[in-house]
Amino acid sequence: MAFSGESGDTVQFAEYIQANAALYSMRNDTELSPSAVANFVRGELARSLRSRSPYTVNLLLGGIDPVSEKPHLYWVDYLASLAPLPYAAHGYAQYYCLSILDKHHHPDCSLEEGLALLTLCTDELKRRLPIDYKGMLVKVVTKDGVQEIAVDNDKVVRSA
Amino acid sequence: MSGYDRALSVFSPDGHVFQVEYAMEAVKRGTCAVGVKGKDIVVLGCEKRSALKLQDTRITPSKIALVDDHVCLAFAGLNADARILIDKARLEAQSHRLTVEDPSSIEYITKYIAGVQQRYTQSGGVRPFGISTLVVGFDKNDSTPRLYQTEPSGIYSAWKANAIGRSSKTVREFLERNHQDDMDREQTIQLTIKSLLEVVQTGAKNIEVAIMAPGKTLEMLPDDQIESYVKSIETEKQEEAAKKKTRTGTTTAAILTRPGGGESTE
Repeated sequence: MAFSGESGDTVQFAEYIQANAALYSMRNDTELSPSAVANFVRGELARSLRSRSPYTVNLLLGGIDPVSEKPHLYWVDYLASLAPLPYAAHGYAQYYCLSILDKHHHPDCSLEEGLALLTLCTDELKRRLPIDYKGMLVKVVTKDGVQEIAVDNDKVVRSA
Repeated sequence: MSGYDRALSVFSPDGHVFQVEYAMEAVKRGTCAVGVKGKDIVVLGCEKRSALKLQDTRITPSKIALVDDHVCLAFAGLNADARILIDKARLEAQSHRLTVEDPSSIEYITKYIAGVQQRYTQSGGVRPFGISTLVVGFDKNDSTPRLYQTEPSGIYSAWKANAIGRSSKTVREFLERNHQDDMDREQTIQLTIKSLLEVVQTGAKNIEVAIMAPGKTLEMLPDDQIESYVKSIETEKQEEAAKKKTRTGTTTAAILTRPGGGESTE
């Protein structure tokens, strides 16, 4: 699960979701599917939105369904909208990256192609985003678990 | 009726809280559970009630439950009470992770469970939990095995090996005679099953065994493996009995009979 938003809220909310998902699997002796977690997150955000102090957290939730072994990606925002998507982005990145993803993404994209596509996106952000962000953290979700992938964050990208 | 055992949290004139003692009686009627610590392993063994012919054994709850990834619990007493207590423990384990970003120590979670049990001996409108529990596991970054016991009164204590439930006294005495400090995995499992066989007549199909090792998740020993342990223990016993026979030349019973069910309170 990747998240963005108000800095305190994000970690607090993510850890809350993590603890509840762990509690569920402990109580029921089963793993939650990505769709179950996504809908739980949406419910929690909807509840929070109508409280006195709502969480301002946007999320991307990726996972493999333990039964069908199919990958899922969910886009959730702080207004508790939930959408299953083939590719997604939050924040300013949406404006720069979605067009690239529209052009290059295809349904049976391999891991290498996916990573190359991600590099296209980050290069574009480095080139055009007026903020010098502090690198990228890339994690790959497979049916065997979540793995961090090393990325070259010091690569200089020149404008064309 | 004298009245002292009608309401909870009322002392009898000689200082007993009867409801708590009745709860301990319920524990003694529950199926037996054993916990044994080895050198870097801890094993839980449980007596399993045999399932009825038409019962679906796949979804019949076990007496061994995972509280958190690194904490495991076995109980003796009222199954229904245990469900509630285990749920409270699971919630606390997850809540502990959320607040301090670390898994709880085994002692902490034991203390919490015992705390809940104690609360139910001193509040109005409730009755005590009719269960004793054995809590086992490993603390974070530590390979020392832990084994604790809790009682309905809220007492908790640490052990090298212990038994709770039906005929727990016999099993505990067996463990006292046979437990060694640095047993490996095989020896620990063997001692657990051997001690359970002291009171479980029907053998392998009425035993369940859980194993915990540092940094690993709970391992439930498969039925066929339990079976082979039971078989090897039984042949060992028979060989020993045969040896005794030849030495004495008489036909005395090799396996000592258990003393009658009556057990004194600890």
